[in-house]
Amino acid sequence: MNVEAKISLGRPAVLDVARIREDFPILRQKIRGKPLVFLDSAASAQKPRAVIEAMREAMETQYANVHRGLHWMSERTTDAYEAAREAVAALINANDAHEVVFTRNITESLNLMAHSYGRGILKPGQAVLISGMEHHSNIVPWQLLRDERGIELRVVPVTDSGELDMDAFETLIADGKVGLVSMTHMSNVLGTYTPVERIVRMAHAHGAKVLFDGAQAVVHRRVDVQALGCDFYAFTGHKLYGPTGIGVLWGRRELLDAMPPFLGGGEMISSVAFERSTWADVPHKFEAGTPPILEGIGLKAAIDYVQQIGYDAIAAHETALVDHALARLGTIEGVHILGRAQDRGGVVSFALDRAHAHDVATLLDRQGIAVRAGNHCAEPLMHRFGLDSTTRASFAIYTSHDEIDFLADSLARVREFFK
Amino acid sequence: MSDSFDDLRDLYQEVILDHGRRPRHARRLESFDATAKGDNPMCGDRIEVWVKLGTDGTIADTGFQARGCAISVASADLMAETVIGRSKADTHALFEAFREMARTGQCPHCDGALADPLERLEPLAGVHEYPSRVKCATLAWHALIAALEGGKEASSE
Ligand SMILES: Cc1ncc(COP(=O)(O)O)c(C=O)c1O
Repeated sequence: MNVEAKISLGRPAVLDVARIREDFPILRQKIRGKPLVFLDSAASAQKPRAVIEAMREAMETQYANVHRGLHWMSERTTDAYEAAREAVAALINANDAHEVVFTRNITESLNLMAHSYGRGILKPGQAVLISGMEHHSNIVPWQLLRDERGIELRVVPVTDSGELDMDAFETLIADGKVGLVSMTHMSNVLGTYTPVERIVRMAHAHGAKVLFDGAQAVVHRRVDVQALGCDFYAFTGHKLYGPTGIGVLWGRRELLDAMPPFLGGGEMISSVAFERSTWADVPHKFEAGTPPILEGIGLKAAIDYVQQIGYDAIAAHETALVDHALARLGTIEGVHILGRAQDRGGVVSFALDRAHAHDVATLLDRQGIAVRAGNHCAEPLMHRFGLDSTTRASFAIYTSHDEIDFLADSLARVREFFK
Repeated sequence: MSDSFDDLRDLYQEVILDHGRRPRHARRLESFDATAKGDNPMCGDRIEVWVKLGTDGTIADTGFQARGCAISVASADLMAETVIGRSKADTHALFEAFREMARTGQCPHCDGALADPLERLEPLAGVHEYPSRVKCATLAWHALIAALEGGKEASSE
């Protein structure tokens, strides 16, 4: 941590990790008497004080339901909630805040797409193209669609290096039947960044729209949906240092306009009669019921916090951590790191000879190190590499090089334990 | 950070490391009367158990194939060791007592008729301090009981 602070003096684009750690109250916790080393941020990130305070303050000073009251409290809360939409639009450079739909999490965003785009726009005989490195939330909704509507599901294979097989991509999309490409921007297991610009070009050349799962990518890299040229982009608030209970689906206005609603209820209607109801305009058409108000306010605080640090520094920090982790873990005998993509981000999954991932995680936990063990909601990818489970360390803006060194030292000792 | 793995010896006792590494009963039975699979979807552990019954209805032999952590493999192996030769009723009683031991670390029946096999299973009692790992220790038992009851699948969820 000290090292980092020193480096940062001369180079403003480098994160001052020690200072950032001050912003996360939880990092002061001790686990069984040892400092918390939280290397499970890809599952869910810790929250900076700014987020905690924003939500507390809203509850203490200006809370009411949104879009319905004519009173002071409701108007203030509505403004705060809609300001969150503006913040998301600015974060991903959307044209218009009306293109930002709030959901409960990215899983709901993807289900919304499978429902409203899949059932409303795609036709039987068309296909959806996903990849072999998807999270279950970008697999199962399309399977349900396939089984119900006869919309084919195609899968781009993953190479030994943990990258998308782009030759196969080309072949799979060539017949023009693919209506939607739905793919991860960064794998939550391999850390691989997918070639998003190329995917968009190839998809559009064959008449397909493109949806990206940005749950991991948006945490580490600046996302510009207009520069990317994609049609939809989704992410989840709690991995971006925001609260749970809020997710985002961004889509091009004309595409969202053409899609039928997802859930029905209050908020999403224009008028209701027993014969027929009419729908509100986007984004409200897709936001039935009382929305995640406090979560929206918390997400805005998280986005402000991240923007203030800046993605240049965040991305550089991620790269430095991954390089360091690969160098340190890669030289421990018996540790096998999954994937060696050229372009890779802040998660490192590995298997350890003779030790099961759960045993590894329990031993590391004893040191105060939190990692994830299991299939990471990506069973098909695990099987692709002949594994049932791996241990995964994942990094965030508050992760220090010292913590990675501590992980490496501890792993060497775990290996001794199971020798 | 000197030797902080030492306190893990209560969870990973030598018996567990040994049976986890070299299980004695990890094999499919050639002929069997009952079988079931166990699945822990939370962590991806899987097990398949086979049981051969004697003419008197006791468990004549049992074997398993497991993919899982040291605790789940060791538990399956110690289970096989302790149930061979036992009646179904005894096996049920042993399961109940073991489950309580894994969950609470307590063993109120350890003085009773099943004292010997429970003593053999005692090294697994350490899991009670790791709630997310209790299921690892009980998965094999759930599969065994499902097999004895004529079921096909068990889950330790
Ligand atoms: C790549 C990716 N997609 C989707 C998800 C699902 O996120 P959530 O559970 O917030 O919907 C995750 C995280 O678990 C993820 O890593």
